[in-house]
Amino acid sequence: MTTGVRSVLIIGSGPAGLTAAIYTARANLGPLVIEGEASSSGDQPGGQLMLTTEVENYPGFVDGIQGPELMANFRAQAARFGAELVTGRVTRVDLSERPFRAWVGDEEHRARSIIISTGARALMLDLPNEQRLLGYGVSTCATCDGFFFRDEEIAVVGGGDSALEEATFLTKFASKVTVIHRRKQLRASKIMQDRAFRNPKIEFLWDSVVTDVLGADAVEGVAVRNVVTDEESTLPVAGLFVAIGHVPNTALFEGQLEMRDNGYLVTRDGSTRTSVNGVFACGDVQDSTYRQAVTAAGSGCMAAIDAERWLEHQVDAEGDAAVDVAPTPRNW
Amino acid sequence: MAANIAELTDATFDEEVTGAPEPLLVDFWAEWCAPCKMITPILEEIAAEHAGKLRIAKLNVDDHMAVARRFEVMSIPTLILFKDGAPQLRLVGAKGKGQLVQELEAFL
Repeated sequence: MTTGVRSVLIIGSGPAGLTAAIYTARANLGPLVIEGEASSSGDQPGGQLMLTTEVENYPGFVDGIQGPELMANFRAQAARFGAELVTGRVTRVDLSERPFRAWVGDEEHRARSIIISTGARALMLDLPNEQRLLGYGVSTCATCDGFFFRDEEIAVVGGGDSALEEATFLTKFASKVTVIHRRKQLRASKIMQDRAFRNPKIEFLWDSVVTDVLGADAVEGVAVRNVVTDEESTLPVAGLFVAIGHVPNTALFEGQLEMRDNGYLVTRDGSTRTSVNGVFACGDVQDSTYRQAVTAAGSGCMAAIDAERWLEHQVDAEGDAAVDVAPTPRNW
Repeated sequence: MAANIAELTDATFDEEVTGAPEPLLVDFWAEWCAPCKMITPILEEIAAEHAGKLRIAKLNVDDHMAVARRFEVMSIPTLILFKDGAPQLRLVGAKGKGQLVQELEAFL
């Protein structure tokens, strides 16, 4: 099935994609947002915040707000201005000629410009037994599964904000949470570190990496190696939560857009422009540095303005009256 | 509660699982699980599209822990497909409609 040519197609619906949707909708560009598909690993509609609980650092919410609720608000705000949202995963794109094309299965979408906001998903340890025991003690979603580890001892792998946030959340259920980190220092923000260090249920296993997940039918422990002494040990735990970092969702664009070695999309000169004219990228898919909801939203706004200006320029250059681009409202 | 999806409890579970010849897909979920909520409309669609061939029901693990514990559910959403009272297939984590239908294909 083929639809008409859109001015703007947005792929992904986290804070970046939905902010781009709000801005392009208000600019009368009639954006279509292909939201993504249900998942438990961070690449679902609404993005990574759908798997978090309290968001305390998104400005404007004095007492914090639940991640899923914040994203429901973003979505409703985009819909209010006429953004069209469809649930589905883009399976293929062709950025080699304009209009650009994107497919959701057999359904083809064509657009003059594309904003990519496919985000990033949580990295796993990539151990064979980790996959086997997924759902039997290995979890990708602390907010979903913490409940099942009441009065159990569990482990969280990682040393960033996500790891400490999960560890702190999991102490609501678990009797003890061991944070396993490969270095002696944490990357996490000061406030998260202080909170974790003060929590009597959280212990740290420094300079250590998980080498195997143990258990026949359910997790019974993890094998750990100290990277300084090379000493091997076993930590008996009933649950394992992994928060060791993220990988950008860019497989779709391989060979079509310039990427850095780590797979993140390259954007140019403090803008959201990618290596293809008319294709813009915002949020975590192009940001391995800040990765905050508010920076994602900010870059989503940038992408919307970049796309709008680019489309205007195309109209000027081609004198194509058929492209309906409204001027930026003054009251933005 | 959606018309096509029955709500199970610890008390009604066994009766429902064995109560009809069609396979029964049980969705173990909870209110606080965002991925669980994401698949609810998908399950409603599948239930409507395969009425008469597949029954779908949901069980709130927060309220009905006994059944969840019996089937060693440690992650939600978990979907377990029962046929003739016995579990045949287990799917862990939220998935899109296409993938879910594909996984269930053999039982439809």
